Amino acid sequence: MADPGRPVAPGEGPPSAGRADAGPAGAELAGLGVSQGRAAGPVIRMAPPPVLPGPRQVTDPAAEAAAVVKALESVTADLRQRAATAAQGKGGGDGTASAGADDAAEILDALAMIADDPMLREDAEAAVRDGLDAPHALDAAFTHHRETLAALGGYLAERAADLDDLKHRAVAACLGLPMPGIPAPGHPYVLVAEDLSPADTAGLGTDVVALVTEKGGPTSHTAILARGRGLPAVVACAGITALADGTVISVDGKTGRIGVGLTDEAVAEVRRSDREERERLAHSSGPGRTADGHPVKLLLNIGSAADLRPGAEGVGLFRTEFLFLDRKQEPSFDEQVAAYAEVFARAGTVVVRTLDAGTDKPLPFLGLPPEPNPALGIRGLRVDRVLPAVLDTQLDAIAEAARATGADAWVMAPMVTTPAEAAGFARRARARGLTRVGAMVEVPAAALLADRLLAEVDFLSIGTNDLSQYTFAADRQHPGLADLLDPWQPALLKLIAACADAGRAAGKPVGVCGEAAGDPRLAPVLVGLGVTSLSMAAVCVPAVREELSQHTLEECRKLAALAR
Amino acid sequence: MAQRTVTVASASGLHARPAKLFVQEAVRLGVPVRIRVGEKSVPANSMLGVLSLGATQGTEVTLESDAPGADAALDALVALLAQDLDAEGALDG
Repeated sequence: MADPGRPVAPGEGPPSAGRADAGPAGAELAGLGVSQGRAAGPVIRMAPPPVLPGPRQVTDPAAEAAAVVKALESVTADLRQRAATAAQGKGGGDGTASAGADDAAEILDALAMIADDPMLREDAEAAVRDGLDAPHALDAAFTHHRETLAALGGYLAERAADLDDLKHRAVAACLGLPMPGIPAPGHPYVLVAEDLSPADTAGLGTDVVALVTEKGGPTSHTAILARGRGLPAVVACAGITALADGTVISVDGKTGRIGVGLTDEAVAEVRRSDREERERLAHSSGPGRTADGHPVKLLLNIGSAADLRPGAEGVGLFRTEFLFLDRKQEPSFDEQVAAYAEVFARAGTVVVRTLDAGTDKPLPFLGLPPEPNPALGIRGLRVDRVLPAVLDTQLDAIAEAARATGADAWVMAPMVTTPAEAAGFARRARARGLTRVGAMVEVPAAALLADRLLAEVDFLSIGTNDLSQYTFAADRQHPGLADLLDPWQPALLKLIAACADAGRAAGKPVGVCGEAAGDPRLAPVLVGLGVTSLSMAAVCVPAVREELSQHTLEECRKLAALAR
Repeated sequence: MAQRTVTVASASGLHARPAKLFVQEAVRLGVPVRIRVGEKSVPANSMLGVLSLGATQGTEVTLESDAPGADAALDALVALLAQDLDAEGALDG
């Protein structure tokens, strides 16, 4: 990685990865910056989950049963208290955090309901009657329900992690240990943890100024929640949990850099520059441009009309599958027309991605059988091999919604792998009167033949998350492979460049719509490689717009040459 | 025994927000009610029980109670299940 300003990737090992009581001034750690902004303060590490002691001989079952109830009541009360605090808006930092605070209150409330669940309590009481002591009875009851949810799969399996988190809280309460989870020291601090669960992040108070985790990747829960709340965050930061509580550090959520052992003046400087930066971004508006006026379209990634926000130049990725999660029957033509028209009527230009589902992201109505290796199986456009009618209906509905609203509707297929697939998709879309037809580039095979894809379609859109996964043979959710999934990896940038070059030669647009497109440091590099549009979550648009406006096209090209 | 059968209307099924609203209402009403899908029956005031039914949009569920005040409680819960409680849409991510 040739960019001199680039932080050291986790796998490359920062030279000074912290000693426990360390904090030699000027030392640095580095991870992946996933939520921009800068902050500084003393480290507090989150309490680890309690260790279950060996089983005890039970002499008084009634006392054990009472201890079970008391532990569950105290966990419930603690969560309700934190939900109430979050609902009062105290959970947020500045004005940007109110939506995040609402989400947090909802999450905490739902967790309190589970801690207070009558079936759970009855199961724990039954375990006591079977001879277990209170902590083991709680452990058994939570584990039983966790397995029930995990067996149901999908959304419910994801909730299984919540039950582990609640179990740790209940066992800690029962053993008289400090409640694992977010500390409340009464002063601003940087929260440091191995990784953060949804319950952890939902309970963050205003005293947390930044998040740094040892594990986790760019698409982890920590990253998504931190971005939603505007909290600076760095993940995959090797060595961070070795720092002692109280070590004063700075966190740069853009570069991923952590400064260790800061003076009071340095802390004040970090806070001042962050405040200035946020004020500057709040006033940003207008179309995307480099410093010398080269236009770069800034577009939104949305799942439905509810995600639309002002300030962008259209929609670069409309993920239609989000409209139909959990459907047992295929959504009808009329229903699809209505859903698409709602978005078309409110956004001038919309790039619609046809259903991106399959055995990796199951949509119940497709009824696809499980596969041993779903990421390499029937997904995206490949579903069309077994269920062609689904795409026909969807293209009909997109065309009808476009006619009805007069919108500039572009359509693209996910997981296109060969020029023949691109040609087949384009033929079917054009037969319905759709004139702007494209292909997503998520598979290296497609990037390598970008010129031949562009002979068949009108534009390309690069999905960097999947393109990384397939180029580096690294599962995009794998918490231990974040360095391979880093969008700065030169091999990924080289594939993006190949697409952009093909686009320039053909005179056709080539955009990026993965997480990388919302990274302000990467934006000038992508533009320098020749990318013509960047599509991202609405919250990322101002920082990307500002960053582009600071570089001329020539500078972007130089940055791109260095990064490759 | 009072009994009602209703089809789950919420887009995300009886998970997440809809499940929470349903269980909260069952707790608030204070009348012991059971909710059943096929052979599996759980107390309506149990979030874990309701989630474990795995009911999605279009699933037929049966509410049952023989407690005093059962009819009014079942009517209120049926009305809830028959609405789309996902008005705010799904979370991305």
